[in-house]
Amino acid sequence: MKPPPFGYSRPESVADALATLARLGPDGKVLAGGQSLLPILSMRLAAPHHLVDINRLSELGYVRVEGGDVRVGALARHAQVLADLPARAAQPLLGKALRLVAHATIRNRGTTVGSIVHADPSGEMTAVLALLGGTVRVATTAGERDVPARDFFVGPLESAVQPGELAVSATFPVLPPRAGTAFVEVARRNGDYAVCGVGALVELDADGAVSSARTAYLSVSPTPLVLDLTDAIGSEPDFAAAAVAAREQVEPEPDIHASADYRRHLAGVLTERALREAHAEALERSGRD
Amino acid sequence: MTRMFGQPIPRVEDDRMVRGHGGYLDDLGHDALACAFVRSPHAHAEIVDIDVTGALDVDGLVAIYTYEDLPDRLADPLPLLIPHPALTEGRTQYALARERVNHVGEPVVMVVAQDRYVAEDAAERILVSYRSLPAVVGIEAARAATQLVHPDVPGNIAANMLQTVGDVDAALAAAPHILELDLSIERSASTPMEGRGVLARWDPESHRLRLWSSTQTSTGVRAAVASKLGLALVDVDVITPDVGGGFGVKIMHPWPEEVLVPWAARQLGRPVKFVEDRREHFISSAHERAQLHHVRVGFDRDGVILGLDVRFWHDHGAYIPYGIIVPMITSTQLLGPYKPGAYRVEFDSLYTNTLIVTPYRGAGRPQGVFVMERTMDAIAATLDLDRTVVRERNFIQPDEMPYDHGLLFQDDRPLIYDSGDYPTLLDKLKKLVGWDEFEAFREAARAEGRRVGIGLGCYVEGTGVGPYEGAHVVVEPSGKVKVATGLTTQGQGHQTVFAQIVADELGVPLSDIEVVTGDTRRFGYAVGTFASRAAVMSGSAIALAARAARAKALKVAADALEANPDDLDIVDGIVRVAGVPGAEISLGTLAVLANPLRYAFDDAAKAATQFAVGDTSKPPVGEDDEPGIEGRDYFSPMQSTFASGMHAVVVETDPDTAEIKILRYCVVHDCGPLINPRIVEGQIHGGVAQGVGGALYERMAYDEAGQLQNASFMDFLMPYVSEVPERIEIDHLETPSPLNPLGIKGAGEAGVIPGAAAFASAIEDAEGITITAMPISPSELFELRRRHEERSSP
Repeated sequence: MKPPPFGYSRPESVADALATLARLGPDGKVLAGGQSLLPILSMRLAAPHHLVDINRLSELGYVRVEGGDVRVGALARHAQVLADLPARAAQPLLGKALRLVAHATIRNRGTTVGSIVHADPSGEMTAVLALLGGTVRVATTAGERDVPARDFFVGPLESAVQPGELAVSATFPVLPPRAGTAFVEVARRNGDYAVCGVGALVELDADGAVSSARTAYLSVSPTPLVLDLTDAIGSEPDFAAAAVAAREQVEPEPDIHASADYRRHLAGVLTERALREAHAEALERSGRD
Repeated sequence: MTRMFGQPIPRVEDDRMVRGHGGYLDDLGHDALACAFVRSPHAHAEIVDIDVTGALDVDGLVAIYTYEDLPDRLADPLPLLIPHPALTEGRTQYALARERVNHVGEPVVMVVAQDRYVAEDAAERILVSYRSLPAVVGIEAARAATQLVHPDVPGNIAANMLQTVGDVDAALAAAPHILELDLSIERSASTPMEGRGVLARWDPESHRLRLWSSTQTSTGVRAAVASKLGLALVDVDVITPDVGGGFGVKIMHPWPEEVLVPWAARQLGRPVKFVEDRREHFISSAHERAQLHHVRVGFDRDGVILGLDVRFWHDHGAYIPYGIIVPMITSTQLLGPYKPGAYRVEFDSLYTNTLIVTPYRGAGRPQGVFVMERTMDAIAATLDLDRTVVRERNFIQPDEMPYDHGLLFQDDRPLIYDSGDYPTLLDKLKKLVGWDEFEAFREAARAEGRRVGIGLGCYVEGTGVGPYEGAHVVVEPSGKVKVATGLTTQGQGHQTVFAQIVADELGVPLSDIEVVTGDTRRFGYAVGTFASRAAVMSGSAIALAARAARAKALKVAADALEANPDDLDIVDGIVRVAGVPGAEISLGTLAVLANPLRYAFDDAAKAATQFAVGDTSKPPVGEDDEPGIEGRDYFSPMQSTFASGMHAVVVETDPDTAEIKILRYCVVHDCGPLINPRIVEGQIHGGVAQGVGGALYERMAYDEAGQLQNASFMDFLMPYVSEVPERIEIDHLETPSPLNPLGIKGAGEAGVIPGAAAFASAIEDAEGITITAMPISPSELFELRRRHEERSSP
């Protein structure tokens, strides 16, 4: 469990990093918190020729609430985002999901943007980005582009970030008025990847009826799955009906920890729990509890 | 002076350990060469060719070895450590694979290089071509024997063993009730925090070998390495540094790496080190637990067992270097605190193309206890009796001790329980957990839509197995007391408890006592640390050695003080004459006086030179005497001493997600008088944690091809602290053993033994679904519920 030889650069500025990545092209691999990359290297499951360590790019170590978004820089650690009260107030789902991201030691080192670029369909923050309809800002020496979440996750462990590019930040839209969120999951052990997890965003209209109910799923699909359950839940709201609809739409795979049927069952159970909790919060925030 | 035996003092080891000042194997030998091994990626294959050319130009490579390079005895199969007449087809591996590989992870090529990175780079470039063979994975495949692991072992059966007491067939035929159960337990493993590791230094001037190993037996490693390398025992030192846990796996020896590393060090004339990584530990150390049982039990209308017939199959993996100890323990310790009436037990120990099986904490007992306790619960369910009532009716009673089961135990000695009080233990457990009040709790929970259950598991554990341990106690001229025993320490707190024993026996303060374990330079005769034996065996030997040192001290003091030895006592390291104030002498001074000297090194020594002391009419050292204040003694009991205990667990199962939550975990425990209650409770906590792992989380997920799919701590679910109950409620009973000078019994393994049994009982109670296999995951509980509903619905 020692990595094969690799080249290593540690740029001091974003411009420097982009120039290095441009030069390396497909041979370059960005190292941020290293919580996924280093185990992969040590187990020799990947052998990138050259690591570009962005840990000196302190200009990317920010969490900001700007306009309608929480913007998280590429060097902001999970723990930093979790501790950022303005960000959590603007979008409470961030805190609810981040609490479930691995363990404290991993959150201290791992970056939120890094976990999104890693594009693991069992990662909480990928699901949050997908559910909220956030974006990832990707930079090259030629300029920047914003990639919406729906285009960002290409496949399991595969994102839209191309060779020579650096994801410099991600945005999470702030919580609208009369809306509530929840994030629930079942994991085998505290902090493990979820067997199944569900994030929910429920919005109410001025009369208190559900105007939108969306859910995102962990570990039941190759890329983060987002369902619009607005019709299924109805205005009543009928949480059990929404759970049935969710169960019918997920296509989980079995693994050594859980059967596909169990995961499907959990998708239903957790959909109902998440929607109830998000709905209750939306009511509370509407002054209707 | 307060008696130290029984005091819950903090461990003297902790300050050093928790500050990160421990010295583990990988903290040593920074100048040593490193090793990596090319290991088989196949569960079963013939080796067609090994091509090392691609690795030869790796900068920093020092040597590459294959089987062909191994000389003499190193080319023979590794030893079968524990032969047994029933083990008719014992096969062990070669240090490096010869022609065939029989499990994923078997070492094929050894690479030595300047560091581990380079060694792995070279290993990656070595091309081994294999002709793949069908793999035998799991007990069913082994029994079917359509494929053979070893072509010359028919049926994949290494051993078949049968023991009987009474006429089981007649007992079953006459029994008013008969039940048959099929029960299984999956594989798990010790998984200590520190894996295996070995460092060797060969001194070409003196032709001596010094070896450090992360082992549970330094003397065993010394004997094995000396034999393999053709060295005299006195020319091999084996030292155990701090060891980051063993839990059984490190009693296995010699590992291939343990003989290859010293051999390479001698070949190369340079120190060589191997430190196992986590992936290697999963595929190249050892596992345990997998067994399949078929039980037939006959009982009367009161639930009293009349006959018990157990047939089981034990998966021991690709080789059987540690013999059939594990299934032998299962077959005998299955009986727990009960009288089985007539008993017949027969097992096959089966080869499979998976990692070897050697004892892991509990060593066959968790499986046996699971089987017996499931049987007890099934009897209770059949007769609609309380589960504790059925157990009470089958208990061996205190007045029946010593109780002879008429069977042979793992040491080939009669299975005779020396002492114990099982009815009292059960009473204590029922009170502790509130057994009789549980139905009210269940109803209250049900009213809230919650599902709860309670379960229990009872066990008896043979501890302190022989053949012997020894100890040496010496008083330094400074008055400090140095204690050495040969068995090893893997975190148990031996330095604390052994010092407590010496403090009482010798009358010295704890702070003046230093204990060394597992260093053949200090004590060369020993067996090892396993089978909950260290306190019983070395503790007893240390007590005897300390008594010998005390007798010597009093003899010298009697001369010096011109007093009768019977009037002397030792308190705080000072010998005093009763009733004569001021008539006293320190142990340190006695140590000086007891060693007649020609040379005066310091003022203290001056007092012992030939012109200062001694009766010139006698030789300076008497005919039956020795210099110094020392004691050396050995303890070798006739048989094991039997500890016992009972656990109860309260669980809550989520009606929707099938998650299993532990609400309470209660332990009553009888290991005789406690030397240090704090350490015993720590042992119980750790054992319970591993019991939780074995019941709810851990398994070795082999696929049909024999690939271990969860060879990492990401997918092998060892419980975190968050999965272990925050509070483990403990009560003790202290029934002394008549078999050793301290009356003690072992406590190391106890906590893990009834875990699977208690959880199965509790989950079954919560769910109303029969549980026959452990571990159980939420996904499996979900599937059980679904099948149960399908069966229940018309």
